[in-house]
Amino acid sequence: MAILVGEKTRAIVQAITGSQGSYHSQLMLQYGTKIVAGVTPGREGTSVHGIPVFDTVEEAASRFQANASIIFVPAPHAKDAALEAITANLNPVVVITEGLPVKDEIQIMEVARLKGTTVIGPNTPGIITPGECKLGIMPSHIFKPGKVGLVSRSGTLTYEIAAGLTNAGLGQSTCLGIGGDPVVGLSFVSVLEMFRSDPETESVAMIGEIGGNAEEMAAEYIKSSHYPKPVAAYVAGRVAPPGKRMGHAGAIIMGRSGTADTKIEALRNAGVRVAMKPGEIAKLLK
Amino acid sequence: MKLFEYEAKEIARQYALPVPTGLLASTPQEAKEAFQKINQPCVIKAQVLVAGRGKAGGIKSASTALEAFEAAKSIFSMTIRGERVTRVLVEQKLVSKHERYVSIVVDRPSRGYTILSSTAGGVDIEQTAEEHPERIIRHRIDPLMGLQEFEARIVAKKLGYSGKQMNQLTSIILKLCQIMDDYDAELIESNPLIETEDDELVAADLRILVDDNSLYRHPMFLERMKILEPDMTPLEAKARERGLAYIELDGYIGIIGNGAGLVMATLDMILDYNGTPANFCDVGGGASEERIASALEIVLSNPRVKVLLINIMGGITRCDDVARAILDVQKKTGISKPMVIRLVGTNEEEGRRILADAHIPSLNTMEDAAAKAVEIASKVK
Repeated sequence: MAILVGEKTRAIVQAITGSQGSYHSQLMLQYGTKIVAGVTPGREGTSVHGIPVFDTVEEAASRFQANASIIFVPAPHAKDAALEAITANLNPVVVITEGLPVKDEIQIMEVARLKGTTVIGPNTPGIITPGECKLGIMPSHIFKPGKVGLVSRSGTLTYEIAAGLTNAGLGQSTCLGIGGDPVVGLSFVSVLEMFRSDPETESVAMIGEIGGNAEEMAAEYIKSSHYPKPVAAYVAGRVAPPGKRMGHAGAIIMGRSGTADTKIEALRNAGVRVAMKPGEIAKLLK
Repeated sequence: MKLFEYEAKEIARQYALPVPTGLLASTPQEAKEAFQKINQPCVIKAQVLVAGRGKAGGIKSASTALEAFEAAKSIFSMTIRGERVTRVLVEQKLVSKHERYVSIVVDRPSRGYTILSSTAGGVDIEQTAEEHPERIIRHRIDPLMGLQEFEARIVAKKLGYSGKQMNQLTSIILKLCQIMDDYDAELIESNPLIETEDDELVAADLRILVDDNSLYRHPMFLERMKILEPDMTPLEAKARERGLAYIELDGYIGIIGNGAGLVMATLDMILDYNGTPANFCDVGGGASEERIASALEIVLSNPRVKVLLINIMGGITRCDDVARAILDVQKKTGISKPMVIRLVGTNEEEGRRILADAHIPSLNTMEDAAAKAVEIASKVK
């Protein structure tokens, strides 16, 4: 196991009977992820790809000793689903759902904080420890087991960079998207801390974008903690105009803060190797 | 979604949050009548969603009905940073002794709502926040407990208030928080919150930003969004209706891609190759033929676009599906502008073959595609 998920992960899928939930459950099973049960209220007794479905997380989790959850529940009910998973002591909880109201996200994160639960997302492609476990929607063939930890705020850009690493012969320990929303469960700093103490990870690729100050805080952490592993970063959105949301709810420049240039400068000052093109990340870590 | 000042103040009145007496007007004549009803010196304020209306001349004083008419007439002729003025708020002019600042914002690092307040309100608040962060009083609201009265009182006290005024400010902060909660706002801000000559506290300006992701809980805003899209271009409004993330920029290379981060990276790369992007357009994951068709239609409707660059990183999205969608749209609508397509990932060989058969070249890397798009654009007149 690299970080957060691995061979010991036994996951349930919330909204397993929906089209996304069902489709990705199949792909996760094919990858070798231990999906032990599914949850869709009102559908107990049925099954999806041979996986039994339950009405509540508690039943599903306790019968099959589940220890993690992945959530495909639509936004209006996603808060309830996440709180149900957290209350049932599942950890981590991966929220794939996009479009949650920020108020709901704030409540989820507060309960998770009090319970000590790691929430990945919302609005994330999920997490993969190549060769062991995939709790997400990413195309698995672009990942290979190896020593680079990858953390990102984006989806397809993560695939772009992961594919570049794999093509360059650099496998990955764990790759995860922390999510494209303003309020998400993990910060770059907390993931960097996990990679720091993970013996399987030798270097880190960090993919940021405009909005907020998570990259600046990561830079500050890398500098002040004398981060012991090489870090390469890419920050998207140098062209983005202020005040416009660039696809992700969290990708917005407010006034003068959250621009790509200030993030790039902060990362450079912290000794991070910053790529100006996604394709350069692999070169910087070779 | 930004609310207009008059909308925010209507909400404030429902909560008995003190705001100046004001009336909305759509013509200079209406502004004059509004002045006569209020019957005291007024300010005429342009109702626009862009910031900086004051500096642009969108706020004027009037001490007679005729002045109100003239002020409104001049404001109605304005376009403030691209936004045409169609309404003004005629509002009682209050004399302020002090300008204060109170807002509630989503604070990303602490994952919660935070009250920001300062005795140094007014137009320079951002500068104050940068240069004298100690002059901003911050208070995080516990997401599970909600804001309690004693907490609002602590903030009021820290701003230096006592007695009756402290109680009044406490009540204002609580009401702002209640509005924030009831309307799923991601920002509510009163700047300035003024202290009048009679020592009353009044929200002279009020801004509310409603969380777009919460609109399904607020059907009245969904309706309102259909009517008013003043800070969007017509193409942006059309894209929004179809659920596409589309932002118009002022360059000439049209961009379509799947995934927000990937599209932003594509725009950046165009700039690195000395081109300028005409737009941001994200079709999202697993884009259907219909979505790709919508995206093509919208991006190509922009007359500035000389070349179209499509960047697809197929994960769940299958490249052969994308290729077929492009051909279909081309057949149906007859795309005449040159296209550069970068297509990699799931079923890329099949996708490339389909495009090659139709004599549409496709490229392997983002770098090659961006360079090619800029090169072609330089040859198009």
